Amino acid sequence: MTARPAVRLPAALTAAVRAAAALLALGALGATLWRGVEDPGIALAFGVLIAVGELARWGSGKGREPAPLGAAGALAYALVGECAGRPSHHGVLQVLAVVVAAGLIGAVPHVALGRGPCLDHIARRVLTVGFAALCFQPLYNSGRLTAATGHGPAYAVVILTLLALTALCDAVLAAAMAHVRSGWPFGPLLREELRGMSGIGPAVCATGAVMALAVAVAGLWALPVLSLPLLLTQLAFRRYAAVRTTYRQTIASLARATEIAGCTPTGHARRVADLSRAMGRELGLAGPDLGVLEYAALMHDIGQLSLVDPVPEGATAALPEAEQRRIALLGGAVVRRTGVAAAVAVVVERQADPYREQPLTARIVRTANAYDEMARAEGPHGPLGALERLRLATGRDHQPEVVEALARVLARARGRPGERRPGAAPDRGARTGRAAERG
Amino acid sequence: MSPAPPRARGYVLCAALGGAACVAPALGPHTRWSVLALLAVLYAGGEHAVRRDVAAPTFFPVLLAGVFLLPPAAAGLVAVPGALCARVERRPRGLRRLWRATQPVLAAWAAGHAYAALDGPAAASAPDFPYVFLPASAAVLAFALVLTALDGGILLTAERVPARTAWRGLLPRSFPPVAVHGLAGLMMAVLWSSPYGPPAALLVLLPMGVSCWVFAQYHRERSAHRATIRALVQAVDLKDRYTRGHSERVGRASVLIARELGMADDRVELLRFAGILHDVGKLGVPTRLLRKEGPLTAEERRVIELHPEYGHEMVRGIGFLGEARAAVLHHHERIDGSGYPYGLSGAQIPEAARVVAVADAFDAMTSTRSYRRARPVPAALAELERCAGAQFDATMVGALVRALERHGWDSEVTAGGEPGSGVDGLGGEGGNAGLGGEGLGGEAGSVGLGGEGVEGERLRGGGEGGAASGAAGGRPRSARR
Repeated sequence: MTARPAVRLPAALTAAVRAAAALLALGALGATLWRGVEDPGIALAFGVLIAVGELARWGSGKGREPAPLGAAGALAYALVGECAGRPSHHGVLQVLAVVVAAGLIGAVPHVALGRGPCLDHIARRVLTVGFAALCFQPLYNSGRLTAATGHGPAYAVVILTLLALTALCDAVLAAAMAHVRSGWPFGPLLREELRGMSGIGPAVCATGAVMALAVAVAGLWALPVLSLPLLLTQLAFRRYAAVRTTYRQTIASLARATEIAGCTPTGHARRVADLSRAMGRELGLAGPDLGVLEYAALMHDIGQLSLVDPVPEGATAALPEAEQRRIALLGGAVVRRTGVAAAVAVVVERQADPYREQPLTARIVRTANAYDEMARAEGPHGPLGALERLRLATGRDHQPEVVEALARVLARARGRPGERRPGAAPDRGARTGRAAERG
Repeated sequence: MSPAPPRARGYVLCAALGGAACVAPALGPHTRWSVLALLAVLYAGGEHAVRRDVAAPTFFPVLLAGVFLLPPAAAGLVAVPGALCARVERRPRGLRRLWRATQPVLAAWAAGHAYAALDGPAAASAPDFPYVFLPASAAVLAFALVLTALDGGILLTAERVPARTAWRGLLPRSFPPVAVHGLAGLMMAVLWSSPYGPPAALLVLLPMGVSCWVFAQYHRERSAHRATIRALVQAVDLKDRYTRGHSERVGRASVLIARELGMADDRVELLRFAGILHDVGKLGVPTRLLRKEGPLTAEERRVIELHPEYGHEMVRGIGFLGEARAAVLHHHERIDGSGYPYGLSGAQIPEAARVVAVADAFDAMTSTRSYRRARPVPAALAELERCAGAQFDATMVGALVRALERHGWDSEVTAGGEPGSGVDGLGGEGGNAGLGGEGLGGEAGSVGLGGEGVEGERLRGGGEGGAASGAAGGRPRSARR
């Protein structure tokens, strides 16, 4: 496939984004130093807010906004037109200078603790805030904005629209960067990015807008007051993420129970899960569906735990169909008791049905499972032979589109030797194997 | 739930009458009905979105904005339509609805009067920062106090909590969320009466709404996680049906020992999980072997003795378990070094593993197995003390003896495990204090698996799933204890 450009393009785009951000930041800092700071009180207050927000940063910046308070403060500063009724005079460059300086100061403790500043995150912040400020400040400072809308609800609506535009811009940028980095289709990535904004994104935007408006009404007192709800939101997201991580780990260890029990070979569940996820992406699934797919793939063999005697090699794909279905139903029963989303149990239950009766997620798991079992059985030439046999079985058992998605995923995995192949066994499998041998 | 006791009914009715008296003046000509209606719709929407899942913070910011925007009598009315329309899962529904409507009415009325007494309305519309914080915090304090007082009352009447303890700890739990929500409400009120008007004020709600929603998600995910842990334990019970309820009782005994040793609360929690999960590796042992009747051969015993390693292999990927993972691996080590899997001795054995070893042996002796009757607790303790120093850590044995003197041991509670009860327990998020617990906006749980005292009861094993086949026969267990 297009392995070559896929390797070179991300480096180029990432470098371009970083270079643009660096140039902007340096230019803004230089110009602000040269001309001096307008309204230093306001600049200082927002600077402190952004630095504190950056200090409370959490996560690496992949996925969701890691420093919501910093982002909201930066956006608000870009959109502040007046403070307690008096007009302010800062321009686009000063906004950028304050955001960059405060961001760097806030990042110092993180660097000192060995958690480096996430460059992409800072670059994205500079570009987004620059966009918002560029849309707003010239319009406002020339007086045309207030002439058109006055200081009423219409003004608030304009600010909100600007923020929505900014968020859209940010999502497109993030999706484009993820696209060239990973090679996954752009559409689902953008959809995922936009859906990801339904989390903390709107809270950040709303806080940014409301801070700008509240500062206009109540002065700088509004900043600490409005920070609290956003910090609460951040805390909630943090807890949610923590419990999700723990939950994923628990599911993964439940999945490994079948391996330890000798029902399935080492690493099988993990491989099927990785393969299913990659195929799901290839077929345009996103977000929650991918989660369902992963959990279902991890637990697809769990029904074998209820058998008094294990299936040899755990190769369920070779069993008679009635037996396959029985094991699938047993697995579904176990999964239902684990409290996982019902959709996961459905996938596990229906994994042995003909594909026309299955939901898409179950088709993917079925094909990935069959591939992993067959590819392992046939030695070094296994993978191609397995794919061929899957193609022959597209009449009833496997959906042709799903098999082709599998083929594309495998081709891409082979095309990039540096990356971990979705089909490759994770190294942690080795120790399980040792323990299992002794049994 | 059983029907509410008459005195709880009386209490709720009295409070409702009081609430009606409070809102009566709002029916006069000066109320801004449009503001009131908009806020009421918002409150109902927020309540509906938040309460869809499990117990989560109630949607206070709108209510407090009402306190800051409307006269005291009208402020209480904001909550009434939402509370009366809300879906209530548990019976008695009518009484619960009435209670949910009454509580905010009284709290908002009190908060409104506190706010007005300090000249809040004028300060907010000027706006006169930072003076306006004074009436606002007075209002928040009044609000939280009234909520707490009413909640304690319901605990007293409906849950029959003794009067001394009914109010204990309620205010610290309810005050911080109310304070944060109060600040948001204050900003909402300030923006509402500014030139930018209601659209700007509504934006304040968005982060609050998002955080309430995420907290609800968090609770859902957390209970799902608990259910998964329970499923792990039940999977062991399905294979080895002797030990039904054993895992959970070992968890309880480990907690007793850990508390007696003065361990910190989060370590005690970890030891609970260590006890619950200590035999999870039996999932890796063939079912036929676990259910075998008659004595085991040396080869079969060796396979069974692999279960600590299997268990460790399974749980070592679960980060939050911490030292509980070491306990799973080493719970069959002996102090004199003759245990397995590694033959560690003395202080080489992790402390958690020494605790679980004692708890495990104690429960094995005091529970009925089909091949022998349960030993009485004193006999089991005597046996433990006899083996202390060789097999068990004497510190742990001593701690168990002291803890049992103080708390007693009720092995009958969970020894049986009626069929099917495990399934019922799976979805529950329990631990709510009846009518009253729901009113508190407090968020007390900790990340990971929370530590309510009732957890142990809900973790009760005894899953008789349809998956298992064949009845368990008697088998003298020859694996070393």
